[in-house]
Amino acid sequence: MKHIIAVLLENEPGALSRVVGLFSARGYNIESLNVAPTEDPSLSRMTIQTTGSDDVIEQITKHLNRLIEVVKVVDLTEGAYTERELMLVKVRAVGKEREEMKRMADIFRGRIIDVTEKSYTVELTGDQSKNDAFLEAIDRTAILETVRTGACGIGRGERILRV
Amino acid sequence: MEISKAEITSAAAVAGQAQELRGAEILVKCLQAESVKYIWGYPGGSVLHIYDALYKQDTMQHVLVRHEQAAVHAADGYARATGDVGVALVTSGPGVTNAVTGIATAYMDSIPMVIITGQVPTAAIGLDAFQECDTVGITRPIVKHNFLVKDVRHLADVMRKAFHIARSGRPGPVVVDIPKDVSFNRAAWTGYPDKVEMRSYNPVRKGHGGQIRKALQLLMAAKRPYIYTGGGVVLADATPELRELTDMLGYPCTNTLMGLGAIKGSDPKFLGMLGMHGTLEANNAMQHCDVLLAVGARFDDRVIGNPKHFAQNERKIIHIDIDPSSISKRVKVDIPIVGDVKEVLAELIAMIKESGAKPDANALGAWWETIDGWRKRDCLRYDRNNQDVIKPQYVIETLSNMTRGVDTYITSDVGQHQMWAAQFYKFDEPRRWINSGGLGTMGVGIPYAMGIKLAKPDAEVYCVTGEGSVQMCIQELSTCFQYNTPIKIMALNNRYLGMVRQWQELDYEGRYSHSYMDALPDFVKLAEAYGHVGMLIEHPRDVEPALREARKLKDRTVFMDFRTDPTENVFPMVQAGKGITEMLLGSEDL
Repeated sequence: MKHIIAVLLENEPGALSRVVGLFSARGYNIESLNVAPTEDPSLSRMTIQTTGSDDVIEQITKHLNRLIEVVKVVDLTEGAYTERELMLVKVRAVGKEREEMKRMADIFRGRIIDVTEKSYTVELTGDQSKNDAFLEAIDRTAILETVRTGACGIGRGERILRV
Repeated sequence: MEISKAEITSAAAVAGQAQELRGAEILVKCLQAESVKYIWGYPGGSVLHIYDALYKQDTMQHVLVRHEQAAVHAADGYARATGDVGVALVTSGPGVTNAVTGIATAYMDSIPMVIITGQVPTAAIGLDAFQECDTVGITRPIVKHNFLVKDVRHLADVMRKAFHIARSGRPGPVVVDIPKDVSFNRAAWTGYPDKVEMRSYNPVRKGHGGQIRKALQLLMAAKRPYIYTGGGVVLADATPELRELTDMLGYPCTNTLMGLGAIKGSDPKFLGMLGMHGTLEANNAMQHCDVLLAVGARFDDRVIGNPKHFAQNERKIIHIDIDPSSISKRVKVDIPIVGDVKEVLAELIAMIKESGAKPDANALGAWWETIDGWRKRDCLRYDRNNQDVIKPQYVIETLSNMTRGVDTYITSDVGQHQMWAAQFYKFDEPRRWINSGGLGTMGVGIPYAMGIKLAKPDAEVYCVTGEGSVQMCIQELSTCFQYNTPIKIMALNNRYLGMVRQWQELDYEGRYSHSYMDALPDFVKLAEAYGHVGMLIEHPRDVEPALREARKLKDRTVFMDFRTDPTENVFPMVQAGKGITEMLLGSEDL
């Protein structure tokens, strides 16, 4: 089962390494990871996407909490949450393809942020399944390059993660 | 806090003003503020300023070892025996990499330690400087926490945090990496920080009242209760509470390898150590109990055997531990209680007394009968009266009988000798059995013993070891001589890496691949070369007299080379993949 775990940690050098080291040392899987400082510059927020059974997720959460620099850990998937990921896709757009590609981007509410005679770069924001769907929908052979940030998540409404 | 006369004078002179001190001097002041008495270490380029500051103080004794691994082991052994934070000091690069084994050993057994490592100057970090290594990166997986101090103004704060982290919650080793320029630069010293507050680190001490109440109900209604305790009880100094509980309830109990001594070895309620080489009764009780109270133990794989087999039994488990990540890790528990073991047990006892509840005497009686039936199998029997060859078990038993009522510490290396020491020595107090359980590091025996003897000069300190293990840190015989720490080394010399040989006999059809120790030194001559007394004991009748003579030599280190029976195996044994009741009891089971 896919889980999205949000971690608040002290914004100190090496803190990211500790988390990644924990996952690799204990054999837990990281599907994606992103991290950046919060509105409080002394704190970083990390979002980790991982898969595992309930037991494994419980162990992951406990081990994260055990790290000295980790302040708080929340498994977003346990409650109501919103997830977003930013994706940039460079696609081949030559001749008749250009019209179709533009239409696809519009349907998925993406924007074209780079244009050349032969290519477009499409920026897409959405949850991972929407981004996956875009890649499925367009001609596979047209994809030149993709870069994804991985999911970042936030609880809905009163579910607030802060210190 | 002890301070020398010179300190008092200068402190008076600058009273009320901030002093400007070098990083190395600040470090010394911090260690003194933490009442550190001993530092084991080895100098090198990156720590020269620190060593200079150590030279100028007189409240802490530094012990120069012969290998950084032994510096960390010695501080570790000291911490295990006293409960204080063990302190070691090593230089950068190879100093750190030599210390890694010692740090990992302490980490696996949750021992409170602060290891200070030198580092190349901050400007040189990352440039492949001489004796540079990524200390923080290398030690990250084997420490409770580590720090790289990039600014001397942070040093005092870091030291305060390091000691706090090392000794609180689930203890563990903390590495503080200090670049050479940081130890040289000056900063204002306004005294040791009196408080440490970390929003991200607040270990839970008090157990949840509701959970404790549930545990009480389960425990008192049990028909076949069992109390299983481990290293956590020793680390928490919770022995008095544990004994009050077991005496109150009259339930059978067991210890893990790391918990030996928490229950008196001579207590009739004690079924012996459990696990891979535990007693038949201890393992059977674990499998057949209906309520298990686990205190400060982590259901290690050596203890539970095959997890599926373990889970076959419908027992209810109460687990008291300070570390939430140890609970329900390998074995699902029914009533987890996170908290300091000492405090939780005290609360449990108070609740039991208040409730007036009593155990089910009839059920308990029947359970004890079953257990006594298992005890009759005498699973630890061996050929005690053999007059031709020394049985290793006999050496341990003789030592145990001889040191009855004497203030004794037993350190051990790793292997068959370690298991026999655990099985045959009766530990009546905690913190007397000092061995590497989690990592199983060969070579700790002598450094552990010398670390303890320094702090406990009036106690008798024995190192039970094998001829393989003892060679790993043999150079420390020199340290023992220099610092006058007379220990008694008992090498159970069977000319094999015994535990490996045993597995090769049982699982590899006797293909003894590289487990025979060839070209052993003459240990007697070796001991004498280091300035100590050496003894060679080859006959069973000479075992007791040799021990007596060794004990009489109170201020000499004595190396006793006992030539033991190489065919002896450790039994009972739960082989890999087997359930804990599927024990081999002797060679006849093979």
